[in-house]
Amino acid sequence: MNKNTERLYNGIIKENPTFVLMLGMCPTLAVTTSAVNGLGMGLSTTVVLVLSNLLISLFRKVIPGGVRMPAFIVIVASLVTMVEFIMKAYTPALASQLGVYIPLIVVNCIILGRAESYASKNQPVSSIFDGIGMGLGFTFGLTCIGIVREILGAGQIFGAQILSLEWFTPITIFVMAPGAFLVLAVLVAIMNIVRDKMEAKGKPLAAPSGCITGDCASCGMSSTCTGKSTNSASAAKSE
Amino acid sequence: MSDLFNVSSSPHVRSKDTSSRIMQYVILALLPTTAFGIYNFGIKAAILIVVTIASCIASEWIYEKIVHKESTIKDCSSIVTGLLLALNLPPTLPWWEAVMGGVFAIIVVKMLFGGLGQNFMNPALGARCFLLIAFAADMTNFAIDSYSGATPLAAIRNGESVNLMDMFIGRTAGTIGETSAIAVLIGAIILILLGVIDLRIPATYIVTFVVFLLLFSGHGFDGNYIVAELCGGGLMLGAFFMATDYVTSPITPMGKIVFGICLGIFTGLFRIFGANAEGVSFAIILSNLLVPMIERYTVPRAFGVVKEAKKHE
Repeated sequence: MNKNTERLYNGIIKENPTFVLMLGMCPTLAVTTSAVNGLGMGLSTTVVLVLSNLLISLFRKVIPGGVRMPAFIVIVASLVTMVEFIMKAYTPALASQLGVYIPLIVVNCIILGRAESYASKNQPVSSIFDGIGMGLGFTFGLTCIGIVREILGAGQIFGAQILSLEWFTPITIFVMAPGAFLVLAVLVAIMNIVRDKMEAKGKPLAAPSGCITGDCASCGMSSTCTGKSTNSASAAKSE
Repeated sequence: MSDLFNVSSSPHVRSKDTSSRIMQYVILALLPTTAFGIYNFGIKAAILIVVTIASCIASEWIYEKIVHKESTIKDCSSIVTGLLLALNLPPTLPWWEAVMGGVFAIIVVKMLFGGLGQNFMNPALGARCFLLIAFAADMTNFAIDSYSGATPLAAIRNGESVNLMDMFIGRTAGTIGETSAIAVLIGAIILILLGVIDLRIPATYIVTFVVFLLLFSGHGFDGNYIVAELCGGGLMLGAFFMATDYVTSPITPMGKIVFGICLGIFTGLFRIFGANAEGVSFAIILSNLLVPMIERYTVPRAFGVVKEAKKHE
């Protein structure tokens, strides 16, 4: 597996930000009332994430270590502002649905987390793929939650009525806040069952290590870290 | 010396009460309420009660089969949960929604947190609130053949007059078990005589609620209004049967009093200032969440332990 596809796999499956790393919980719980909202939120975060990873990776040698956080935030905030204007211009319905959660992408910890732990230490190209992987993983997670909540809470999927209201009583709790917690918990539980099953079959999905990236080969703390995972050491050899 | 001493570690004094015996007492005490509910609402209520209890027992059995745990359905706690949940449902509720409530009560509120004794809130009330949010329309549909749709509490809220005698006996609209204050009180007396519950929680609950009504309801000292608020809704059922649940109420004597005061204040807030006429179930589950904190600050002083001297003398 070359490094770029490894990044995609890492973001979507191995360290899925929603189901494995549990990052970005605020938009995950708040906007996933329908599949479209989840998809829209995920994709707009992906765009910001890819561009911010690219820019931060390009500027990584210019930004002084002491002020890197403010610098990252400025980059991310500018990108989010642009995305917000674009969404308001071209998808006004979705923009008003997502409301304040679009500007709040600035403080989404996935974006700052990837900037800090990956983009600021790696080449632009692999940073882009890292952003795509993580962003699509986030989109996947949000859309899954959105689909489940929409089916149970309204009998619809992407806005189309699939369960007839003649015999189906929408379980409205699922489009409200408590439903988000219930659905997320059940989906994470399913994800953990899948991981355990794969482990039992002998092809484990590597567990996320203590640090955010789990990418020991390119980690700055590599020399002092005691919890290095063995498979990333072998990944380093194969590169 | 032929006498053999039974050598074992402490505790040496054991009560005959077991979990299942206490649960059987509670079921016994709930019988008057159940019987009146069936008499009042007819066969529909009976079917709903049976379906809810069956779904609770079945979900406990299936869950324990799946996770390979020893089956605990013999301790009767799921029967109590099912019965209490059913008594908190309107008789017109579709049966599959009641089944969902039973599954939620046992699996989500009780078993996922470790089973009997580990649940953080009353399973029956957790499920009732789940259903109340999930199926708001069905859960507040009290239209019965012979009674008008509005519950007495809703009528009071709208400023209509209510017949106190009907409310006391229970010939009103409402959930299956809440309408009859007298049936609940008979059950409560059974529980108190059997020593299953301690009066502290229900008494402080009711007193605090009455004080709250006097201060904030805007009706002043209006006896009719206060009695109607006490007999209406799930207050009696909640105070004697659900707030006193061993698992989710404090065990310290002082804590029980604090718990009762919290219940009274929350119920008053929800009923008078809230959006709905009823607020007992939300008040109880909210207070259930405060229990660990209440217990922490009300630990009684152990015998012989001197209070720590203050730093400055």
